[in-house]
Amino acid sequence: MFTKFQKSFQTGVVTSRYPKEKEPAPLRFRGRIEIDHEKCRHCNACVEVCPTNAYTWVEEKGKRYLQMSHAKCIFCGMCEEACPFKAVTITNDFELTTKNKDNLLVKAGLDETASVEDLGTKLKEEIFSVFRRSLHVREVDAGSCNGCEWEVAALYNSPVHDLQRFGIDIVASPRHADCLLVTGPPTRNLEAALIKTYHSTPDPKMVIALGACACSGGIFSNCYATKNGIDNVVPVDVYIPGCPPRPQAIIYGFLLALKRIKK
Amino acid sequence: MKEHRQFYLDELTDRFKDTINITKSFLENEIYISTKKENLLDVCVYLRETFHAGLSAMIGNDERSLNGNFRIYYVFSVPHADIFLIVHIPVSEDHPEFPSVTTKIPAAHWYEREIKDMFGLEPIGHPDPGTLVLHGNMPENTYPLRKDFDVNTRVPLQESRLPFFKVEGEGVFEIPVGPIHAGIIEPGHFRFSAVGDSIYYLDAKLFYTHKGTEKLFETMPYTKALFLAERICGVCAASHATGYCQAIEKVAGVEIPPRAKFIRTIVLELERLYNHIGDVGNICAGAAFLLGNAHGFRIRERMQQLNETICGNRYLRGMLTIGGVRFDINNDLKQHILATLSEVKKDFKELTKIIFASSSLLDRFETTGRLSTEIAKELGVVGVAARASGIATDTRLIHPYAAYDKVDFDIPIFHYEGDVLARIRVRVDEVYQSIYIIEQCFDKMAPGPLKIPLEKEIPPYRHALSYVESPRGENIYWIATAPDNRLFRYKVRSPSFCNWPAIPFAIPDNIVPDFPLINKSFELCYSCTDL
Repeated sequence: MFTKFQKSFQTGVVTSRYPKEKEPAPLRFRGRIEIDHEKCRHCNACVEVCPTNAYTWVEEKGKRYLQMSHAKCIFCGMCEEACPFKAVTITNDFELTTKNKDNLLVKAGLDETASVEDLGTKLKEEIFSVFRRSLHVREVDAGSCNGCEWEVAALYNSPVHDLQRFGIDIVASPRHADCLLVTGPPTRNLEAALIKTYHSTPDPKMVIALGACACSGGIFSNCYATKNGIDNVVPVDVYIPGCPPRPQAIIYGFLLALKRIKK
Repeated sequence: MKEHRQFYLDELTDRFKDTINITKSFLENEIYISTKKENLLDVCVYLRETFHAGLSAMIGNDERSLNGNFRIYYVFSVPHADIFLIVHIPVSEDHPEFPSVTTKIPAAHWYEREIKDMFGLEPIGHPDPGTLVLHGNMPENTYPLRKDFDVNTRVPLQESRLPFFKVEGEGVFEIPVGPIHAGIIEPGHFRFSAVGDSIYYLDAKLFYTHKGTEKLFETMPYTKALFLAERICGVCAASHATGYCQAIEKVAGVEIPPRAKFIRTIVLELERLYNHIGDVGNICAGAAFLLGNAHGFRIRERMQQLNETICGNRYLRGMLTIGGVRFDINNDLKQHILATLSEVKKDFKELTKIIFASSSLLDRFETTGRLSTEIAKELGVVGVAARASGIATDTRLIHPYAAYDKVDFDIPIFHYEGDVLARIRVRVDEVYQSIYIIEQCFDKMAPGPLKIPLEKEIPPYRHALSYVESPRGENIYWIATAPDNRLFRYKVRSPSFCNWPAIPFAIPDNIVPDFPLINKSFELCYSCTDL
């Protein structure tokens, strides 16, 4: 008994101070991608090298420009390596969560226009405000590689991140949940289970897509066994990209969804 | 090795003469034995009885575009020698069936069912030939790994209801669990037939996370497929990436620089460390010892933060590249790693001291979930579970790769036990061995290049085996190349695929609340298995 107490006292408080204090990711961490359109010579190198086809050429307003989707990105960093003109920079910013999938797009050379929030989203946000101080979450694995699962486990079980300090709890059944945290492309073998889980969750409910697979299918997209992102199966309210998103990125996602962080 | 190889060649030619045809591979440790369907069982049984060879993998391949036939490869590995004996038989399209070897070699039973689902080849004489991977929700005559099946085919979901083994009798009741679980774990369906509190029989339905990974490999250029290999499994990412890179390097005939080999070894051991430490903590959660769980996760978190500093990813993704490694470990980083490891070692030692001193906890661990050596051997169990059941197997020793032939280490083996406690002890011992290996790597590592560039094109129509000891056990990969830098076939055999069938044998006579504990002590991946 004594050794147990001794160990606990020696260890002390290990919980991180994020988000009250900024905790920057290590320098090698691959987060938000920025494209400098003035340096870009349209050489197509990034498009060719990207394993998930996150880079595409789009024509809009009579202008051909490069578009990158953080929803598809698996943050392998090959585009930065391949770009001969150093137009692509990978920063260590991990706070990528958004409520609107269009915000995950980087449009090089096009003036970013603020996305129009429709009435429906606003109404939903009003409804979700009831969860602000306490959110019960059910984590649903719809065929992920287990990476996202372990990050959620690290949030919930590890004293370092300690999700419960925000009033957010992971519950055992969708029937007790306000929010579904879904990972995976999803797979065809789990489609029915995901739909059943969605319908078992009482209204109002929030659905968060966690990880590249859930946001867009990621590297498993366009395959007979998967659907390209869970928004093809159930409606999604919040997207947290990353492969897998680090625990702090998930915390940021939750707090943004609950409007406890201003973007 | 040459004498070894010659010995097997002579023995096999002596015994089988004309019924087999031996081809030497361009790789030293692979012997390909071609035979016909009718001789298959004889050859397999001979390899098993005479050489004590175990079935490591079974690979189906659609070679109709090359020679008009399907082909099935049976990979046998000989204990304590770096030799793989690969028996292969042709299966024609007109008679899509092959003789089942499951009754003689039980390790084959899942492989044969997998081949039936993915290629539509029928194992004749299989005792339980039901669907495995596709859950019976595919329309008839749809076999995803056949070459005439396009990867992006949208196949309608077929209504299906899989039969479960039913135990009948007074007081027997069924408990269905999953696929959406109460914990934060991967999906699988378990059906317990329990009498009172003790489990009489367990039937498991897995393969929920089947993502068509092997088919996707065939659609990608080999440079991009590396990132798919890293995403086969979240927590064995470095192992799968190493296996893939080694496969390509073997086919291309490239030897990576020594410094890259050492860095790969360090990365693989870092993966073992964070997994094993986390697993020890997680097993404590299975026995409701939350103090151990919290400490385990805290130390694991520290290791993962270290991973992120080294590779930019908490799961060691993005570190490996074909022909070497992407990032160097400079002196500052080396000092940081060694300092962290020495603190982690002390921390972990204190944690295990608390665990092994807790009598109520040991009471849950001891004699729980016993897997006997015989069953483990028959089913071809690998990794931690095998070593806890007294089988001395470790790919790092038997088939050395990366820099494992240059470092010195021991593998822990626990005879006659095979319970949860033995599996924890294997992990605890391996944590110290891994730290020791990393320290040796830093001592022996000399400055040098990090990667060797590959020639523009990889040679087509070559095949090779690749193997890695992941934290869970032996991973086997079989690669066959196609023209235009594509893969013809990339088979992934994960340790979890071998070990899952053993769990139902470790469960009976244990109480229902002990199932999560036993399951956690095996700590098998679903995503690795389901692919």
